[in-house]
Amino acid sequence: MSESAGWTEELTRSRLHVVTGKGGTGKTTVAAALALALATGGRRVLLVEVEGRQSIAQLFDRAPLPYSEERIASAPGGGEVRALAVDAEAALLEYLAMFYNLGFAGRTLRKAGAIEFATTLAPGLRDVLLTGKVKECVRRTLPTGRHEYDAVVLDAPPTGRVVKFLDVTRAMADLAKVGPIKTQSDGVVTLLHSGDTAVHIVSLLEEMPVRETLDAVAELDAADLRPGAVLVNRVRPPRLPAHSVTAAADGHVDADRVRDGVRAAGLDLSPEDVEGLVDETVEHAIRLQMEQRAKDKLAEADLPTLELPELADGVDVGALYELAELLVERGVR
Amino acid sequence: MNTTRPPLLDVDALIDDPDTRVLVCCGSGGVGKTTTAAALGLRAAERGRRVVVLTIDPARRLAQSLGLRELDNQPRPVQVDGFQPKGELHAMMLDMRRTFDDMVLAHAGRERAEQILANPFYQTVSSSFSGTQEYMAMEKLGQLVAGGEWDLVVVDTPPSRSALDFLDAPQRLSTVLDGRFIRLLSAPARAGGRGIRKIVGTGFSMFTRAVSTIVGGQLLQDASTFVQAFDSMFGGFRERAQKTYDLLRSPGTGFLVVAAAEPDALREASFFVERLGAEKMPLIGLVANRTHPVLAALPATRALAAADGLERAGEAPLATAVLRLHADRAAVADREKRLISRFTRAHPGVALVGVPALPADVHDLDGLREIGRRLAGE
Repeated sequence: MSESAGWTEELTRSRLHVVTGKGGTGKTTVAAALALALATGGRRVLLVEVEGRQSIAQLFDRAPLPYSEERIASAPGGGEVRALAVDAEAALLEYLAMFYNLGFAGRTLRKAGAIEFATTLAPGLRDVLLTGKVKECVRRTLPTGRHEYDAVVLDAPPTGRVVKFLDVTRAMADLAKVGPIKTQSDGVVTLLHSGDTAVHIVSLLEEMPVRETLDAVAELDAADLRPGAVLVNRVRPPRLPAHSVTAAADGHVDADRVRDGVRAAGLDLSPEDVEGLVDETVEHAIRLQMEQRAKDKLAEADLPTLELPELADGVDVGALYELAELLVERGVR
Repeated sequence: MNTTRPPLLDVDALIDDPDTRVLVCCGSGGVGKTTTAAALGLRAAERGRRVVVLTIDPARRLAQSLGLRELDNQPRPVQVDGFQPKGELHAMMLDMRRTFDDMVLAHAGRERAEQILANPFYQTVSSSFSGTQEYMAMEKLGQLVAGGEWDLVVVDTPPSRSALDFLDAPQRLSTVLDGRFIRLLSAPARAGGRGIRKIVGTGFSMFTRAVSTIVGGQLLQDASTFVQAFDSMFGGFRERAQKTYDLLRSPGTGFLVVAAAEPDALREASFFVERLGAEKMPLIGLVANRTHPVLAALPATRALAAADGLERAGEAPLATAVLRLHADRAAVADREKRLISRFTRAHPGVALVGVPALPADVHDLDGLREIGRRLAGE
């Protein structure tokens, strides 16, 4: 595996890890594994989701999360991961309650659809509320003065929407220019554009995810947000030696050698099955070529790149620990 | 392990049937909806139908393979050297802003239309409102069907975060714009909203104040002007959204749910199948996209044992590699089969077709044609 520089010193200093990626790349899985990796060795990490999908609960095989920070997993070495599903409506009520005494009216307004209305009316408001809650979690301190969370991992919207989501300054253009929400959003802007925040992009070795990754990096740069690492998910092991890939992809696989070889191994396959094996080999080689092109393209981003393997049995809680361990091996801390 | 065999989805019978007029390809993001829609359209055209494919947000190279170089909101014939289908294939990309503008221009007098188009709130609604894209996709679909020019309209749904957004977004948008709150907040005296006022009591004025503080009075004012202008023109968003719902339920329309053989995509597909049932919308079946069936009947365990044996003996490196890559593939195939059969157990009546993955991305009509063959089970 050609690994460019893994996790950097700079990334280690980040306190807010935003994880994005094209739909279908395994963004939530990687965010969860990253949270476990960061918690390894006794740290406390908060994993946050903002899209109302309860993906974290599904991933950890739990009942839907309430709007509170719940312990969801223990990390090796005494660390813990808590999870929070931020809900824009709840965040708005919580926020209003800080400045206005809504009392029971809040609940009634919610039932009547008023909150949904307010967050739909000003599209930026929802994002400002969600990022505002995340900021509050990142900055929150304990009475001892140290931060409540050593790191916060945000399972963010997909690459196509993430910059808009994080570009709170632009969202605020729709909203009031003075008042409490303005003050709060200024704090969010400061955090998101500081060295405390890194935006990681989950990709696959396929054309479309790679293209979206590069587009996202350019957009992040343009918005003055800091791209973190590229996390290449579901990497499958190459089985053919590099020097034979090109020939095999062009269909040059010696069927006789395959047949003799499997026979030497004691397998008596029909000619159709041998032919099937040859076809599978050609497809494998074509895929390896495509993956190599994808890797070369990803290298243009010039970001720390970490690869995670495909897990043949799918992703369960055990698999998350396995991925977390791999991330730790690749320098995540 | 699994004995339930779902009915096979017969794609050719579907696209050849003159009563099939609209095919909606839906599913969660990244499962290959657009490619599936394009491949279906191509196959139907080559089998003699006059087809238009409405795509929402195609990948650049896929768009190029259909000859779509720009977003101009009109169906264009697909012109590629040597492509002479028995029927016709046209394609278009949705420009949601333009569709919205056209809708306003078509229904309002010139002066009024200009007023609406210049309203700052309209600009927010037509470009970044959540649900506008879905809503405009439906509007465009309605126009294409009403024109009567096409035998078959194949539509790809917007890349929403979940498959259900597509059904809910137009309704959500129209609820907000038709809603009582917008009237209350912007002109409480005129709106006759005493009923709601009573329900929420004193909290309401507090809320109005809070909302104005947050979104600003000007935005509320713009929103109100916009909604009033719109309301008098069209009799409201709600009614219009209702029409698109009716179209989706009409005979001749069918939904194809596209899913990758992955847990998340199949879970979304499950929700969508249930929802279509609840809404009485016609489900045609599930396209299990990009599967990796084995091409040789050799169990993974035996392949691995044989590979280990060869490796120990230091023999036949090619056969060793081939056996290992087969074992990898067999493991993936088993997992995909397990996931699909789980879906089938929950929805035994849903017709299904598996579409084996192409080893590389699709860039041209040949690639789309190959996917069409796989869809048809050839």
